[in-house]
Amino acid sequence: MIGEKKAYDIVIIGGGPAGLAAAVSAKKNGIDSVLVIERDSILGGILNQCIHNGFGLHTFKEELTGPEYAARFIRMAEEEKVEVLLDTMVMDIDAERHVTAMNRTDGLFTIDAKAVILAMGCRERPRGALNIPGYRPAGIYTAGMAQRLVNMEGYLPGKEAVILGSGDIGLIMARRLTLEGAKVRVVAEIMPYSGGLKRNIVQCLDDFGIPLKLSHTVVDIRGKERVTGVTIAEVDEHMKPVPGTEEDYDCDTLLLSVGLIPENELSKDAGVALSRVTSGPLVDEELETEREGIFACGNVLHVHDLVDYVSEEATEAGRCAAAYVRRLKEGAAPEEKSAAVPIEAAGGVRYTVPVKVHPERLGDFLTVRFRVGAVYRDSYISVYLDDRRVLHKKKQILAPGEMETVLIKKDEFISGEPVGCMTVKIEEA
Amino acid sequence: MAEKFDVIIIGGGVTGCAVARELSRYHVNACLLEKEEDVCDGTSKANSAICHGGYDTEPGTLKSRFNREGNHRMAEVSRELDFPFKPIGSLVLCKSTEELPRLQALYEKGLANRIDGIKILSQEEVAAMEPNITEKAVAALYAEKAGIVDPFLMTVAFAENAFTNGVQFRFNTKVLKIEKAEDGYRLETGSGEYSAKAVVNAAGVYADVFHNMVSSRKIRITARKGEYCLLDRCDGNLVSHVIFELPNPMGKGVLITPTIHGNLMIGPTAVDVEDKESTNTTAAGMENVIARAADNLKNLPRRDFITSFAGLRAHEDSDDFVIGEAEGAENFFDCAGIESPGLTSAPAIGTAVSESIALKMNLSLNPDFNPVRKGILKPSELTAEERNELIAKEPSYGRIICRCESVSEGEILDAIRRPLGARSLDGVKRRVRAGMGRCQAGFCSPKTMAILNRELGMPMEEITKTGIGSEIVEGRTKENDR
Repeated sequence: MIGEKKAYDIVIIGGGPAGLAAAVSAKKNGIDSVLVIERDSILGGILNQCIHNGFGLHTFKEELTGPEYAARFIRMAEEEKVEVLLDTMVMDIDAERHVTAMNRTDGLFTIDAKAVILAMGCRERPRGALNIPGYRPAGIYTAGMAQRLVNMEGYLPGKEAVILGSGDIGLIMARRLTLEGAKVRVVAEIMPYSGGLKRNIVQCLDDFGIPLKLSHTVVDIRGKERVTGVTIAEVDEHMKPVPGTEEDYDCDTLLLSVGLIPENELSKDAGVALSRVTSGPLVDEELETEREGIFACGNVLHVHDLVDYVSEEATEAGRCAAAYVRRLKEGAAPEEKSAAVPIEAAGGVRYTVPVKVHPERLGDFLTVRFRVGAVYRDSYISVYLDDRRVLHKKKQILAPGEMETVLIKKDEFISGEPVGCMTVKIEEA
Repeated sequence: MAEKFDVIIIGGGVTGCAVARELSRYHVNACLLEKEEDVCDGTSKANSAICHGGYDTEPGTLKSRFNREGNHRMAEVSRELDFPFKPIGSLVLCKSTEELPRLQALYEKGLANRIDGIKILSQEEVAAMEPNITEKAVAALYAEKAGIVDPFLMTVAFAENAFTNGVQFRFNTKVLKIEKAEDGYRLETGSGEYSAKAVVNAAGVYADVFHNMVSSRKIRITARKGEYCLLDRCDGNLVSHVIFELPNPMGKGVLITPTIHGNLMIGPTAVDVEDKESTNTTAAGMENVIARAADNLKNLPRRDFITSFAGLRAHEDSDDFVIGEAEGAENFFDCAGIESPGLTSAPAIGTAVSESIALKMNLSLNPDFNPVRKGILKPSELTAEERNELIAKEPSYGRIICRCESVSEGEILDAIRRPLGARSLDGVKRRVRAGMGRCQAGFCSPKTMAILNRELGMPMEEITKTGIGSEIVEGRTKENDR
């Protein structure tokens, strides 16, 4: 019935890789009443448009395409009898975990949830976020929108393209457009290093002879109705274009792969505190946000490089949300968490997920994920508990395009004096 | 054979559409010619979207008169035609005691312009009203009757109402030449000939070209570029009034304002340009806008920019509007040099010009004229119960297409199906905001394209961003190209 209220133990916002893995995990951890809400007409999220391979090496020990990877999780969700609402948009979540959603058949309705898992993913940074000068014609697309047009709708956005940004989707689309018969003239990257995975630079650019210009950006877009060309220029160390280095490229398409932003507008409605660095929620070791009973995982929490890590993180979020609901059901008043140990990102580490840990609640290990802010060679990832170094791991290369993970044993936290602060940093050799 | 009309209006901007609407109060066979595929595709779509207070115009000028009259009528017109207008008031900041005499002079100019509801505020009053504004503001001129409007919907509303009351509209029809003829004027266009007893010249930056084809007294319009940046809706509450700098000879300076839909907007620059098509933004322009806004607003949120754009003001050498019958060209009515406060003035210009035409041509009133236009239904303004009743009747209102602005399929269908409906992504965007939000149409474009394709029977390859030449896709992929 239209407008009818519903209630579930766990409501998961988003049916992409994060939401699916979280749902399967919540079920496996003994929670029967689990609902996934997905705005699109199919499950799988952005994986459905990622028809290239390279997914699943960690999770399934084989190389799958995006839709194949999604299909495995969709099947698991079906086997676990996860309830799903498709074509349904979540309009609001409040701090008491009332989820307001809307679709064609149920209208606008509210769901009471004991726990909510945020798994909304991310969106692409648009042109306007960069203030690229020039005209505003047709032919300027984010790489992901072009990917959807080509891979799902079956349309080619243009014949001659310049790509700004060397994030993974941009690199993948350079290859995809080339295979579809378009000419990709150049990929320009404003940073002195690529934001994408090394393997994508090799397989998507080098193998097709597409030049990558580091420390370059687009300084002008021409064409009143449709793009007719762009100008790219070298940038200095402050990322300002260097006069005299401008080069004109004729093209009908400009693709932007200039960063992903976790999509946290709903989280803000619920009063969830966000990180200034990741734009994702601040979470503890259970992936619980600062709003009780609201958890987060996947790209809405921080942008991942591989979907395998999304699945892993979401599985943990599903487990923790299930444990939270069980505690509630057992009648235990939600136990006060003890004072948390803050986790600081220092010396080249841009951020960590989580940002704090309750040592007594850990399983065997604490998993910390992070990214670095620049390229480091032959350096060490170091983890300190107060002044005590508990991890010192040599890395030949650390790059902003790749997410790093470290595991710290629970014993390290509880064996000695209470820990006041944990620090993750990069130390040069 | 030329198509014959009593009156032809050149230009489907806010002025042309306002004239069309006011003219439709009379028995007249009128047609509006627009070179683009939709109304509101020139200066009317890229401006500050302000209903100006009118204190700063030169007393005695047409700008002074029409600003005052337009401002007075805005509330009523916005109710009749159902477009968004909020009289939120404006402040002109004075940032040093040395500049206080200039602020005082501006206040006195306001009195000379017979503007009510203006007063000079103290530093404390400014700080209390606008806590995020620079502490350098030692005083400000407050104009109670200034406000913000939706310039797209205002123009669309005039056009729809004119159309409903009998004015014809021809899009993709660019006027190339105007000649005097025996009984009025002959107009050559890119798509056929027209003749009219009277012509209204509302051609924006090109109004001088048409004027000079028929009038002995030449005018000259310079395109004066203004660049703007738009910020996310999460920042729309940083200011609650339109915040101006002290005016300068080129214009009103860089303003900071909430938009009618809750974004924060900063701009414009003011640079005269040769090319009347150069609506491109520039690095220098945007830097200037950002620097000046940052000087007036504490902690400008630099991470929240979602788009930037440029518009061209039609600046006439006389520094005033050129309105009325052109010298040596009987029944050729100018609406030329319409720069700021043109948007504010539009309702009043529409009335004045149509009254002159009616008088001259001895037109009788149209008893069937309906002044009311119902806007596009906005489900977000309904209660949950009302919204559910709506979805029960029309399920498309339950399907969200644009996630950033929460625009449903039902609203997009309304935008396409109504009179003079949307035919492109920008046409949809201007009417219902799908694609106007923080992702800038990344997610909703393919979905909106599919709706246009279905509704208009327009092949995907022919769907445009904003008219012919701005097609979105090149063709099918290899696999689908059969």
